[in-house]
Amino acid sequence: MKFFTNWHAVHKEKMHNMKRLISFVKKEFHHVLRDPKTLMILFGLPIVQIMIFGFALTNEVKNSKIVVLDQSKDASALQLLNKIEASRYFEIEKSVTSRDEMEEAFKEGKIKMAIVIPDQFQHDLLHDNKATIQIISDATDPNTANMLNTYVNSIINDFQSSLMQGTNIPYRIIPEIKMLYNPQLKGVHNFVPGVMALVLMLVCVMMTAIAIVREKETGTMEILLVSPFQPLMVIVAKTIPYLILSLVNVTMILALSVLVLDLPINGSLGLLFAVSTLFIITCLSLGMFISVKTQTQQAAMLISLVGMLLPTLLFSGFMFPIENMPLPLQIVSNIVPAKWYYIMIKSIMIKGLGFMYIWKPILILSGITLFFIVVSIKNFKIRLA
Amino acid sequence: MRTLKFLLQKEFRQIFRDKTIIAIILVMPTIQLLILPLAANYEIKNINLSITDHDRSAYSSQLISKITASGYFKLTGYNDSFKESLENIESEKADLTLEIPANFERNLIREEEQKVFLAVNAINGVKANLGGAYLSTIIRNYNQDLRMELIPQTKINPLPVIQTTNSNWYNTLLNYNLFMVPGILAILVTMIAGFLSALNIVKEKEMGTIEQINVTPIKKIHFILGKLIPFWIMGIIVFSIGLTLSRVIYGIVPLGSIPLLYGFIAIYLLAVLGFGLLISTYCDTQQQAMFIAFFFVMIFVLMGGLFTSIDSMPEWAKTVSRFNPMRYLIEVMRMVILKGSNFKDIRFHFLIIAIFAVVLNAWALWNYRKTS
Amino acid sequence: MINMKELVIETRNLSKRFGDFIAVDNISFEVNKGEIFGFLGANGAGKTTAMRMLCGLSIPSSGDAMIAGFDVYKETESIKKNIGYMSQKFSLYENLTVEENIQFFGGIYGLSNSDIKEKGRALIQKLGLESESRKLVGSLPLGWKQKLSFSVAVIHEPKIVFLDEPTGGVDPLTRRQFWDLIYEAADRGVTIFVTTHYMDEAEYCNRICIMVDGKIGAMGAPDFLKKKFRASSMDEVFYELARGAQRKDA
Repeated sequence: MKFFTNWHAVHKEKMHNMKRLISFVKKEFHHVLRDPKTLMILFGLPIVQIMIFGFALTNEVKNSKIVVLDQSKDASALQLLNKIEASRYFEIEKSVTSRDEMEEAFKEGKIKMAIVIPDQFQHDLLHDNKATIQIISDATDPNTANMLNTYVNSIINDFQSSLMQGTNIPYRIIPEIKMLYNPQLKGVHNFVPGVMALVLMLVCVMMTAIAIVREKETGTMEILLVSPFQPLMVIVAKTIPYLILSLVNVTMILALSVLVLDLPINGSLGLLFAVSTLFIITCLSLGMFISVKTQTQQAAMLISLVGMLLPTLLFSGFMFPIENMPLPLQIVSNIVPAKWYYIMIKSIMIKGLGFMYIWKPILILSGITLFFIVVSIKNFKIRLA
Repeated sequence: MRTLKFLLQKEFRQIFRDKTIIAIILVMPTIQLLILPLAANYEIKNINLSITDHDRSAYSSQLISKITASGYFKLTGYNDSFKESLENIESEKADLTLEIPANFERNLIREEEQKVFLAVNAINGVKANLGGAYLSTIIRNYNQDLRMELIPQTKINPLPVIQTTNSNWYNTLLNYNLFMVPGILAILVTMIAGFLSALNIVKEKEMGTIEQINVTPIKKIHFILGKLIPFWIMGIIVFSIGLTLSRVIYGIVPLGSIPLLYGFIAIYLLAVLGFGLLISTYCDTQQQAMFIAFFFVMIFVLMGGLFTSIDSMPEWAKTVSRFNPMRYLIEVMRMVILKGSNFKDIRFHFLIIAIFAVVLNAWALWNYRKTS
Repeated sequence: MINMKELVIETRNLSKRFGDFIAVDNISFEVNKGEIFGFLGANGAGKTTAMRMLCGLSIPSSGDAMIAGFDVYKETESIKKNIGYMSQKFSLYENLTVEENIQFFGGIYGLSNSDIKEKGRALIQKLGLESESRKLVGSLPLGWKQKLSFSVAVIHEPKIVFLDEPTGGVDPLTRRQFWDLIYEAADRGVTIFVTTHYMDEAEYCNRICIMVDGKIGAMGAPDFLKKKFRASSMDEVFYELARGAQRKDA
């Protein structure tokens, strides 16, 4: 009998806690929803960002401005220049007549490359079978310089082959190239998942970190901590509204990516939402961790923005290939949650792969989440004691 | 003037009181400047290649060793079936696959023409494009060698050849750091100055201290100057630390004039601080200010021409980027530090950034009302 | 008799509208120099809005008001030099020390450096904060913060000091001490304009004005009001008036 009443009391206590939690979550929700300005900012800005970046960003290099120093002005040179102008990679800004003028154009930062065609180009080509073109690139941006070099060389090669037309060339190996997943080579397929990971990560981390630190800063946290609530419950209740808000955000971002940016969803929608939820929880736990470690909103924000924006951008791998990085940095990249989310959405949305291909990132994200939660709780308790 | 002195004293005391903030402001840029440029290497090398060789002939293995010797490719799979290679791509083990069909060698000699098949993971368009181009070039070169070998020298028709010489100006060794370090420094300086100023007035609003300030005879302009000057100084300090680091660690010595660089950054900081103040006059809480600042800073960073080329953007985005102050700073840094551009070369940048500074500050001042 | 006294606050038909909502509706009253004037009303009755107009924080929609002889439309900067202000939200800088706060506020009110030092020392001594003077204000108990806040608000000897619910959340003993500071300032000729919703504090005022729905419900000395409403305490007076109010807690 005694046992029974005890059990009853425990059960009642549990029910009571549950009710409290629910009412607390409700209160937090009201708190978030009551402020339309903040709400608009939380929803509106990430969506606008996805749109802007989805349309504007591409790591392709096209329409690069170049100048031409054509010393021959003959038919062959003209033909070659027309070919270059016609390609989507180049845009001839102007023709210059001297090297000084060319150098001036470089220093004013207007052009990325200069092509120098020698005197007697056609004559050399037809009579000596050999002519030399000088290509000068602005290598302050080595990436662009490299790509433009490759492109201009392949245009010149094509031009050369066109000169040889009619001659029969024996022993030809013909490479046939097939583009998988993204036949039109659209930058969108690479960038949208990356931008999604980046924006979601920063927004979720900031939201949580700020929400909790704010209570600390204004002193209301103390009041909550002396309430009959367990501290953990306080934190959980504070993060639930943001979890739901973030899920709404993800849904809208996904809808826009598909409807406006033409991104396919080749894999399972359920799996996509499942990994998104996992990723959001990872970010919220990271935000929680930051909030436990900082005392002011300013500090929390500086850490979650100044400290995380560039590393997330660089280490998620959508902008710069991770395999190019020095080994220690490749290892560092593994602790950036956005990297794993980026891999997962790319696999699910674009490649249409299933769970079997992404269990590893899922496991890693879960591990990171667990780590942050455990460390946060530990630190929280220490602070209380 | 005396009021301003007291305001500045107060602001500095508050800044230096918070040791966490000071640490964040000084340490975070330093660490990022030390690590990030190493990560931001865009050179496409180590392209993972998996090969399906149905032929396994002398020619096919010659071709494969040519490819691996080029330095661009890393052979991550050597399979018997195309299906396996495709799986390598799906699991991200390979970026592209080359399929050499059966009887490659025999067909090449007998029929004078033979196809090989490349399949590229084109989600990353650039890598696909460049990887495909590199591989085609290698195959073409191999083809030429082969032809030389098979056809007696005398029988070759003299074919016209265009040679190209490539010179890389301003950065002969294509050192990526030269490009990345000044750019990352520009971003860090902007973030710190912009965020701090965006948060500061809002913090006074949120804490209620602004009410107290508003009933005092402090003039608007003094109050705003009291907020601007400390962060302007912080910005200059961060910039100097960054410039020193890039010299000591990366050996980047500005070719152009250093005073010119400081002249530009001084005006640039005014523009960024004005922008931060403007945000803070429109917000009620630090949370709002932070999200709005975050929104714009992301746009500044991603559309500033450091990570992706502005020329490649659609027209509307190019227009947007003209209103991006960070773009001008990144350009000026690159021009003055790497190309040695002088004042004449960057006069328009100066003009534009000065307009930004005036407009943003005037707007912030106008919008910061002590009375409603 | 009234003419003999110096008027420091004069309002005539002062109103403030936010869209359709009339927060303050045609109020007219006068406050004499050295008077302790209480401003009472339920939440949302318009007392804070009225006070913000008098401080030059908010521009009236219509009506006139002169504060310390200056016009609230045109001479807000002169008004600000002649008033002190302390709001319900604690408004010293929490991350500055006691001394630094005194130095800052003294400085921006144009006190000379020697004045700041002298008055600061006297103030710290009076409040018994000698051992806390180098501590951050944020670390002090609320009662001390409020007393300090008041002392800083009158450090430049303003003609009027506006107190917006200055004693919210502190114990009765501290409130009593706080009122001692108020009396002391009033004796020096500082006019006190205070809003409160503690009815016992209303009794401490020379004269009070009770706001109901943006209008003046009643005005006069506490004893006068009690007689008029045949009430034994200010509490009853207040409830009598509040019963007819349209606006509840906003």
